[in-house]
Amino acid sequence: MQAILPYLINGISVGGQYALIAIGYTLVYGILRLINFAHGDVFMVAGLVMVYATAAMPFYLALPLVLAVTVLLGFAIERAAYKPLRSAPRMSVMISAIGVSYLIQNLAFYITGGVPQPVVNPIPWISGNIMVLGASTKRVTLVTPILTILLVAGLVYLINHTKIGMAMRAAAKDFETAQLMGIKINAVISMTFVIGSFLAAVGAMLYFTNYPSVAITSGGMPGLKAFVAAVFGGIGSIPGAVVGAFIIGLCEEVIKGLGYTTFSDAFTFALLIVVLCVKPTGLFGEKVTDKV
Amino acid sequence: MKKLFALLLALAMVLSLAACGGGNGGGDADDGQGGSDGANKVVKIGVFEPQTGDNGAGGKQEILGMQYANYVQPTVEIGGETYDVQLEIVDNRTTAENGPSAAAELMNRDVSVVLGSYGSGVSMAGGSVFQEAGVPAIGVTCTNPQVTSDCDVYFRICFLDPFQGTVLANYAYNELGVTTAYTLAMLGSDYDQGLAYYFKEAFEGLGGTVVSEDFPEGSANFVSYINNAKSAGAGVIFAPVSTNYAQLIIEAAAAQGFEGSLLGSDTWDNNMVLESTVGKTVHVDITTFYQESGSEFDNGIKEWINANADAKTNNGGNDTVSAVTAMGYDAYFTALEALKGAGSTDASAVLEALPSVSYDGVCGLVEFDDIGDAKRDQAYIKTANTETGAWDFVKVQGVE
Repeated sequence: MQAILPYLINGISVGGQYALIAIGYTLVYGILRLINFAHGDVFMVAGLVMVYATAAMPFYLALPLVLAVTVLLGFAIERAAYKPLRSAPRMSVMISAIGVSYLIQNLAFYITGGVPQPVVNPIPWISGNIMVLGASTKRVTLVTPILTILLVAGLVYLINHTKIGMAMRAAAKDFETAQLMGIKINAVISMTFVIGSFLAAVGAMLYFTNYPSVAITSGGMPGLKAFVAAVFGGIGSIPGAVVGAFIIGLCEEVIKGLGYTTFSDAFTFALLIVVLCVKPTGLFGEKVTDKV
Repeated sequence: MKKLFALLLALAMVLSLAACGGGNGGGDADDGQGGSDGANKVVKIGVFEPQTGDNGAGGKQEILGMQYANYVQPTVEIGGETYDVQLEIVDNRTTAENGPSAAAELMNRDVSVVLGSYGSGVSMAGGSVFQEAGVPAIGVTCTNPQVTSDCDVYFRICFLDPFQGTVLANYAYNELGVTTAYTLAMLGSDYDQGLAYYFKEAFEGLGGTVVSEDFPEGSANFVSYINNAKSAGAGVIFAPVSTNYAQLIIEAAAAQGFEGSLLGSDTWDNNMVLESTVGKTVHVDITTFYQESGSEFDNGIKEWINANADAKTNNGGNDTVSAVTAMGYDAYFTALEALKGAGSTDASAVLEALPSVSYDGVCGLVEFDDIGDAKRDQAYIKTANTETGAWDFVKVQGVE
């Protein structure tokens, strides 16, 4: 137990980070049926903003700024790149998303000069070390899963018990009918992007506190793995995304612990293929019913 | 409205293209000025270095050394005529895929000799282009043996990985008294894998045991690797990785409370790596080419870096002289010696003159053996001082 404990703790923490990103994928998919490929890059931008903001101002200003900028970015992407394509074929929106992803990466390339930016002022307290049953780790490792669960609980409450949540559920169920019933569909969609970006920003703060270096490709791997987690859990389902993320995070770290470090990434993507072949709707996925 | 939007987008694209063109044009104009300053003829020295990607930070520091050398000695006497030296800098973007096109770009600019690159993989990729064009290249800090052994036109002024790996293995086994070591290298990196291999060979030759693991490119989470090292009972972690990963490994080792020593190769001799150790309970030892000693060169380049905001940013925001910067400085003067010896700016003449060059640089004497490698038998070992944020000199280590 003593030997595998560090791997388990770390795996749960990694899972929490993936979960926060995966929710962004799953929410947007649930409503727009769109895989938002730019989501990983929004996550990266949040990290970059954190690097610059924490270097320039105190934390009580810097952290809200990170949240605000990221949310604004998510909102702007939706308005500029997806909304004009609302009636276009789904594939066009997807391609637009890929375009946005590369645009963001290249802008970041321009700003950073292509050199990974170290986080010189990590968030205090959570970047400190603690001992857990004889194993040393950063406090953020323990904070991440707890914060993730709290945020998800909040989100589930929002979706099930508020007016905007009801509108979101309606839009997810039937886009056009929801519109006919007087739901302001654009506001609902913007809201999903705002929520997704907000969670990605929180995820970025935790992630880059743990691994303090932001490269322009930093969003790539976590983004992809969160996407796999969302598919694994059943894309469109929030609990599915969270459970999927924790399972993937744990598996990855345990595989590394068993000594197969070379295959830890390969496992995640092999899992994606297996899930798509065996159970395309994922763990908690909705049953596909043809609406026509 | 939609049409207007589309029009605006198209306009933005055209403008950005124009801006790129303008940027290039500006660069050309600058170059032209450099040439027409005096009445002197111009000799071009190519700089083949990464400025972006994982090795971007290191490449920029290496260029700094060359730029400072160019500032100190902007002219060279070739065949009784004074030439202005012009540096032609291209970005090979760290990866082997981008190496050949960057190298070809240098050939198009008609350079007499090439300096670089930081990173062995990309040097090998560029080497074939240089060989085809018959232009000599002087490797500055690319330490993999294949850079020169597989390429006739490649020379180098630094020590090699078999040597560096052996030095570190000796240091770990004899000085630190460690019998189990853990190596961590990136998959697909010639530099990482080569060094890890030579270290392992030497360390096992001394009687120790080595556990080797690899991580995929783009990894950020090294926590489990550190835990693997701990559970293997390793006294040292040898990670010959690029600066970006070095920072993350230091962070993870500190967080996991790894009590042994982190061994780094020459890539770790970097201000950002140094800064990431400040205030942490980690022990970092590295091998490198150069140790700051308050010499004339140190003071001169510090003054130059401090007077030049761009240079300071490229050096990681302070004026610590990195070994690769000193090596870049030596490489520039080695190239000048070769040009003098050749008596011509013709690349083939420079290629013929290079093997007999002998230059006493700030990092020691530069002389080449038959393969084109520098004859070096000593490396500096430094340790990171986590309180002051500076490198403390440990010793000069050779191979027994």
